[in-house]
Amino acid sequence: MASYDYPRYEYRPTPDASAASPVAHETVVVGAGPVGLAFALDMAQRGRRVLILDEDDTVSIGSRAICWSKRTLEIMDRLGLGDRLLGKGVLWNTGRVFFRDREIYDFDLLPETGHRMPAFINLQQYYFEEFAIDAVLAHPSIELRFKSRVTAIEPAADGVLVTVESPQGPYRIHAAWLIACDGARSGIRRQMGLEFRGKVFEDRFLITDVRMQADFPAERRFWFEPPFHNGQSALLHKQADDVWRIDLQLGWEADPEEERRPERVIPRLRAMLGENRPFEIEWISVYTFQCRRLERFRHGRVIFAGDAAHQVSPFGARGGNGGIQDTDNLAWKLALVQEGLAPESLLDSYDHERGPATDENILNSTRSTDFITPKGEASRAFRDAVLQLSERFPFARRFVNSGRLSVPAVYDGSPLNGPDRGGFPAAMRPGSPCADSPIRSGATEGWLLHHLGREFTLLLCPPEGVEPRVAAAEAAAAFAGSVPGVAVKTIGADTACDLIDHRGIATARYALAPGTAYLIRPDQHVAARWRRFDPEEARDALAKAIGRRAPREV
Amino acid sequence: MTERLASDPRIDGVDEIYAEIIDAHRGLDTEGSLRFNARLILLLINQIGDEATVREAIRAAREAETAG
Repeated sequence: MASYDYPRYEYRPTPDASAASPVAHETVVVGAGPVGLAFALDMAQRGRRVLILDEDDTVSIGSRAICWSKRTLEIMDRLGLGDRLLGKGVLWNTGRVFFRDREIYDFDLLPETGHRMPAFINLQQYYFEEFAIDAVLAHPSIELRFKSRVTAIEPAADGVLVTVESPQGPYRIHAAWLIACDGARSGIRRQMGLEFRGKVFEDRFLITDVRMQADFPAERRFWFEPPFHNGQSALLHKQADDVWRIDLQLGWEADPEEERRPERVIPRLRAMLGENRPFEIEWISVYTFQCRRLERFRHGRVIFAGDAAHQVSPFGARGGNGGIQDTDNLAWKLALVQEGLAPESLLDSYDHERGPATDENILNSTRSTDFITPKGEASRAFRDAVLQLSERFPFARRFVNSGRLSVPAVYDGSPLNGPDRGGFPAAMRPGSPCADSPIRSGATEGWLLHHLGREFTLLLCPPEGVEPRVAAAEAAAAFAGSVPGVAVKTIGADTACDLIDHRGIATARYALAPGTAYLIRPDQHVAARWRRFDPEEARDALAKAIGRRAPREV
Repeated sequence: MTERLASDPRIDGVDEIYAEIIDAHRGLDTEGSLRFNARLILLLINQIGDEATVREAIRAAREAETAG
């Protein structure tokens, strides 16, 4: 018995297929993977209507993304799926690295408490998609059409014409905005003839999911040259339902067809898991890894996100997590543009912010892959030297690179960033994703991130001797009539504040002092911060954060 | 011009140290020698403890290959 029953979703006939002329849709998402689904949920939560087209009628098959990072969980929590993902996922914070027959070190990914979300959970991609599809199907503003494959797109006035192949035959629709979330082999990218540049690593990995009862703890285990897999590396992750994911390095010479055969796979797994441990194989595939990206993600009214825009090797879990961060960055911007509250040029900042973030992911994932698969004798010698030293010399462990795990990018240098005035530490500078913190609101214990992210927010620490209520009213007056609006929330130890930092954790993480103000974007990234709230500067920072030039800069 | 990298002599027993390094390679094949050198470099990098100096050393070592 397989551990998972793949749901089959029904195709529902659409009047679009028989319309006399292409029916207009404002936002069309191509691809119902994690990225397309998260994007649609984000847009719908911002009050926009979305149509998703997916060529299949089920979720992701087999073993694909497994590690979901803290930032992804925070984003999905904002989209209403946090509890469901946490409930099903396997929580882990520890990584262990082995060299030959010995453990050389372990690491704790989240040594700090006071965050709602753990550093990572492991969960099969099909669960992530199933949960997101449930939420999408329940949302009145989202329509998801299965078995609907986009076969052509062509430029049209104010958007693109999209040809869809469906069980009702081919039909065309008009999309004011087309968001391509159709994965590494993106058909939209191919149809537009866009170059996907980068490199392929000359190595092959065997990916297997096995179901077994095992008492190994829930942690990431990585082996260099273990006795059970001579000269190569191995990776073990625990997933939900007693399913374990195993990645075994095979080398470039390995024959992918041959290595996929169970007769070849089973002895490899027995050597690793022990001769007497029963297991069932749920999935086998052989992969090569690549790091590639589009030069630009926005092409007029067509915008690429996730693997369609960029692809990384899996070490570091930067593929799926990077894609979710794309949607987090894009959705609020597109919603504001569609509402007419921000200029269309705001969307260029998607490239300005996610481009460098992509380069950071590619750089980290390339370095990990170069360590795991050294090219040439010298790099092999250094790799081995690091491993040989790392048990006795702790300094060498930091050189060991079995994956630098996904952390969200700070959008340094973004054109949307406003002032950073008043001698703050670097943490939480403009462009940073907001750190979470326990917070009380009235008598309710909760989390800071739950109070951020629907709209622009001004977090304000009331100045010395000023009632929170009065400070909030003054700040709110500065934004009166501003478009888009700004929610002012006072924060501090004072129980009269909207957000009561009863444990002082937010105060420490944000270096709050009386008078401190943070302007926070709808994607929970910092736009600007001050030691003293200044109405004029704050209005300018808001204008800048939505891609309008501040009047004084004109 | 280097800013941090020492170019004046800093140790006296150069012949002894030189001989010890050559000795340490004895019995190693080419791959083993490469690994030995790599281990030594990593230990020394950490001992120097200053990235800018290490970068200068990397550049200087690379340039010397073509300086003839």
